[in-house]
Amino acid sequence: MSVSILRSGVLDTIQDVGRYGYSNYGINISGPMDPYAMKVANLLVSNPVEKAVIEIHFPGPQVLFEQNALISLTGADFAPTINGEPVPMWKPLVVRRKSVLLFSHLEDGARCYLAVHGGFCVPKWLESSSTNLKAKSGGWQGRKLEKGDEINFGETNLYYPVLLKENNVTVLPWSVDRNTVYQLPHEIGFIPGHEWSLLSEESRQRLLQNNFIIHPSSDRMGYNLRGPEINPSEDFQLVSSAVSFGTIQLLPNHQLIILMADHQTTGGYPRLGHVISAHLPKLAQLAASDSLTLIPVDMSTAEQLLFSQEMELQIISNGCADRMKNAICLA
Amino acid sequence: MENAHPYEIFPLGDSALTIDLGNRISSQLNQKALGMQVWFSKHPFEGMKDLILGYSSLSVIYDPFHVQKKNKLIGTVSAFVKEKLEEAYLRSADAAEENGEEINLPVCYDGGFGSDLAQIAESRNLTVEEVIEIHLSRAYRVYMMGFLPGFAYMGEVDERIQVSRKQKPVAVTAGSVGIANGQTGIYPLDSPGGWQIIGRTPIRLFEASAELPVKLRAGQSIRFRRINLSEFEQIIAAQTE
Repeated sequence: MSVSILRSGVLDTIQDVGRYGYSNYGINISGPMDPYAMKVANLLVSNPVEKAVIEIHFPGPQVLFEQNALISLTGADFAPTINGEPVPMWKPLVVRRKSVLLFSHLEDGARCYLAVHGGFCVPKWLESSSTNLKAKSGGWQGRKLEKGDEINFGETNLYYPVLLKENNVTVLPWSVDRNTVYQLPHEIGFIPGHEWSLLSEESRQRLLQNNFIIHPSSDRMGYNLRGPEINPSEDFQLVSSAVSFGTIQLLPNHQLIILMADHQTTGGYPRLGHVISAHLPKLAQLAASDSLTLIPVDMSTAEQLLFSQEMELQIISNGCADRMKNAICLA
Repeated sequence: MENAHPYEIFPLGDSALTIDLGNRISSQLNQKALGMQVWFSKHPFEGMKDLILGYSSLSVIYDPFHVQKKNKLIGTVSAFVKEKLEEAYLRSADAAEENGEEINLPVCYDGGFGSDLAQIAESRNLTVEEVIEIHLSRAYRVYMMGFLPGFAYMGEVDERIQVSRKQKPVAVTAGSVGIANGQTGIYPLDSPGGWQIIGRTPIRLFEASAELPVKLRAGQSIRFRRINLSEFEQIIAAQTE
């Protein structure tokens, strides 16, 4: 059971939920930029949330399914087609062997997730399948996918090929409503960071009242923002300490950077804030030249928003499992 | 010695919390932070995902939903984890001596490996040989790991050879030994870097295929040993066999 890469995309990597437990050695966590879309992709194909998926950037790859497969596409909409026919996002798809998936144009968003029932199988490095590009380790040979790569996926006893009718693709009749997670895509909530109070009042207002543009130099490590000049009220030095996914740092050029999935484990720039976990999915779907505004959120609200996302995943998980069982029984 | 170190606990977002013992490079504060790390690894709480040691701080990364489910909290998860950090502070001893082992690392300062040596010597009114001697003259504590897989932040460098970081990062070869202000470190991988480069070690500090790919640890004491170019080549050859 495998897929072959017929043509490589600009940056396609294997990611699971991330490599935790090794930060203390300077080994960063990696994992998906949009953890919500990645988890939903797995649930749609009756996988546990943590199975390895392919994170796709645009222009995307051409993927050949060597065997029948149960797949899903979530996150960014790159107008996917299978054997030339457009296929929907956020739905389970049963695909006949020798079918070809490609992405025709960029419709919306920045990272798309391809999950396959059984999960992509790569040798784990330090307990995780996530690709660490810096360490050239983990994922598929520690690198992005290239033409000719053939990646196995797991076999299970779920008999989904029975759902294939005459067509090469069967779209299963249920989907995930993602509206609550991605609503107000440009409004990004943050918890003020330790150095927030060291900003001048004027800089704080400038930060809250202006848009920031995501610079083209942004990548999986971080988003460089362009916006009004932000100044600390006094000069101060920080010794290096931990940073996190979503940490908003003030750079020496008075501009901001938001650390993303491949961020280094530690840093020494002032931490003005931290994007709330519930807003990381929509932040991950913003691309270069998109704008965003930063909105302060208190801890309790941030946690509640995350909890409702997690509970939604729970509901999706149960719903998908039931529907899949019924569909296969009735086929 | 209760309250020997005043501390501050602050959130690093909604999924991580930092306890900072003083925002400065001090082996005493670092030892206490390391002690808390040891304590947490022996007494993890459900939902704890990772620990990150800083110079004078320890950060805990956790899964807020998991912690909430396990504990049915009325207040925030953040406040609950803050209590865990307070507990770790009170209960942890300074890190055990087991971490304090001394490691000997060969460094070659010749063969053009120390690309910034001449400039450092000139700016500090020393000869190149003096810069090297001063760098070799003491053992360095590994305070923390970060920046790159296996990159050790070590200190403190003698004031006579302290130099600031470069204005702009340049391409640095794996094994390069650098200094920046009071710190010295070794690039385990080829990487852009801003530290002033004074030599190179032939020892691989990051090996992906090893069971634990990283050689150095916080709390260790590193002593550099000077080798010449042919010894450097021999060690490289021996490692690739």
